[in-house]
Amino acid sequence: MKSQNKLARKKRISQNIAFGIFTAISYAIVALLFVILAFIVVKGIGVISWEFITAMPSNGMTEGGIYPAIIGTLCLVLASMIFAFPVGVFAAIYMNEYVKDGWIKKIIKQMTNNLAGVPSIVFGLFGMSLFVNKLGFGDSILAGGLTLGLLVLPVVIRTTEESLKAVDSTFRHASLGLGASKWQTTSKVVLPIAFPNIITGLILSIGRVSGETAPILFTVAAYFLPKLPSSIFDQAMALPYHLYVIATSGTNIEKSRAMAYGTALILIIIVLISNLLANALRKYYGKKVKMN
Amino acid sequence: MKTNFKQLKEKLIESVLMLSGAATSITVVLIVFFLFIEGAGVFNRKPIDDGYLLVVNATNKVKTLQPSQVKDVFDKKITNWNQLGGENRPIVLFRTSDITEYYTEEELGANFEHFPEKINELIQKQPGIIAFFSDKYKSDKFSGKELDIDKVKVWEFLSGEEWFPTAQPIAQMGVKPLIYGTLWVSFGAILLALPIGLAAAIYLSEIAQKRTRSLLKPLIELLAGIPSVVYGFFGLVVIVPLIQEMFHLPVGETGLAGSVVLAIMALPTIITISEDAMRNTPRAMKEASLALGASKWQTIYKVVMPYSASGITAGAILGIGRAIGETMAVLMVTGNAAVIPNTLLAPVRTIPATIAAELGEAPNGGLHYEALFALGCILFLITFGINMLVELVTNRKAHKKQ
Repeated sequence: MKSQNKLARKKRISQNIAFGIFTAISYAIVALLFVILAFIVVKGIGVISWEFITAMPSNGMTEGGIYPAIIGTLCLVLASMIFAFPVGVFAAIYMNEYVKDGWIKKIIKQMTNNLAGVPSIVFGLFGMSLFVNKLGFGDSILAGGLTLGLLVLPVVIRTTEESLKAVDSTFRHASLGLGASKWQTTSKVVLPIAFPNIITGLILSIGRVSGETAPILFTVAAYFLPKLPSSIFDQAMALPYHLYVIATSGTNIEKSRAMAYGTALILIIIVLISNLLANALRKYYGKKVKMN
Repeated sequence: MKTNFKQLKEKLIESVLMLSGAATSITVVLIVFFLFIEGAGVFNRKPIDDGYLLVVNATNKVKTLQPSQVKDVFDKKITNWNQLGGENRPIVLFRTSDITEYYTEEELGANFEHFPEKINELIQKQPGIIAFFSDKYKSDKFSGKELDIDKVKVWEFLSGEEWFPTAQPIAQMGVKPLIYGTLWVSFGAILLALPIGLAAAIYLSEIAQKRTRSLLKPLIELLAGIPSVVYGFFGLVVIVPLIQEMFHLPVGETGLAGSVVLAIMALPTIITISEDAMRNTPRAMKEASLALGASKWQTIYKVVMPYSASGITAGAILGIGRAIGETMAVLMVTGNAAVIPNTLLAPVRTIPATIAAELGEAPNGGLHYEALFALGCILFLITFGINMLVELVTNRKAHKKQ
């Protein structure tokens, strides 16, 4: 009896130690996140001003603002989404609503997975080879946008597929039973229900695209441009590339440090907003559907 | 009539959808095609700049040289032709800029118009010479012998230990230090991230209250959303100086700095996938274990962990894959020295970082450009193999379940 008690105590102690360690580690990871965020916020907040986001860089990018980089990133996000959003959503509709289980579905699924696993620098190589050189777009928003669009395509497809899967199949049966065609069912019944979740995916992909650097290195990004891009065949500055440049190879690294913190903070803010927005949307519509 | 039109519309829409569905497959095929077309070009070239010649005296017996031999000759590691299978004769190096040692400016002419004949004359006079110059200085009555340089070979490309793609006269294209650098940094990262990530996954899936979990999980996922260039910047201004101070190093940009940054970046992948696998453990199995008197901790490491082993493995492999392909963060913190690393406390250079750092300066379609695409092929194949491995691991589990 006594030895049993001892055993139970030993069991309890080892459990407490293990659980204590796991709990501590988990909170440490979250703490690390806050350290990273806090570090950049504290160092960058003083830099951010109206001038910082609306002025051109000046004095060898040690002063002024990052206006052209913000505009460039906006253009790139827009260009990539104009391509990736419809294609991705259509692909997901095809996968989830049209094609039957079989080898075609398997191949598409496998290829989408493979594309998601391709390193971003390889996208950069590919974009340079195909869009910049072979198709002759040159270093341009078009080339960079398409490259980024291909990069997020798997993300858009995956999130859209999840949203479509979440739509109860009774809706489909009801619509089809009333004599609606497949496309009518998809466009009038399934898509409206899945729409909030699809938008959530879109927002997350925007966050992803705006932070990618490697794919735009050789397809669009300019070290410094004194003017804004005027067409999709122009080069553009971009926030992540700008941060890379002024952090590692600016004319005066020490002097441009402050600008680097500011740029990093802007990037973090974009990511935070897109994540929070996506989470809020998910929660809001999740509740709404349940209430129905 | 109307139904016909409707049917046509349905068909049309379906084909548009199908085309979109094929987009990812087409992209993968195109990536493979363009990467390998450009990358394969490097094996069809001599590692000497276009329009440049290596010339020896016509009486010299040596006809061909390996790229590495040429490098040793110009580095003065090989100083006699008999080391290369020729006669016993010291090697005389000649580069274009050396011409003034042999001829005065008057002899060469005001606009160097006599340059070609003088080089020719020199090569004739010096039996031990090896001359490296542009073919625009090749005179009409050229009487030297052009050396044949071997093309870049696949095996030499993979096993070569020096990466100097712009070296003159001969580019050195050995990717071994880059492959080693990539693997060292990535495995270092996983070694750091796996135990930590696993602990967090166990906490989230088995220990934490539902509310805590729903609070922590989005935060950990937020880690995955931070752009890699921001991690690189954070690493550069925080982790690099920290490592420099801790280990009293001359520079903090080391393989270790890369591993630490990559470990932070790999955490969300490992945590999310392992946690999913653990949560998939059937409730009945856990309850059976608890009912037999096992503690919660015993249940976790005797039931939950073995059950989710393949999922955890998949997470770890995927984490390695991400780390291998990561570019910006690594580029910013590892110092980028192309030498085979023997410690994580020295600067290393990875494949993606090399591509990112050098492609901007490589002339389009040139030797260096193609070599970087060949690096891209290697990277693609490694990550592709890793994805297949993950697929295999997860599929095996699915089979077992059935």
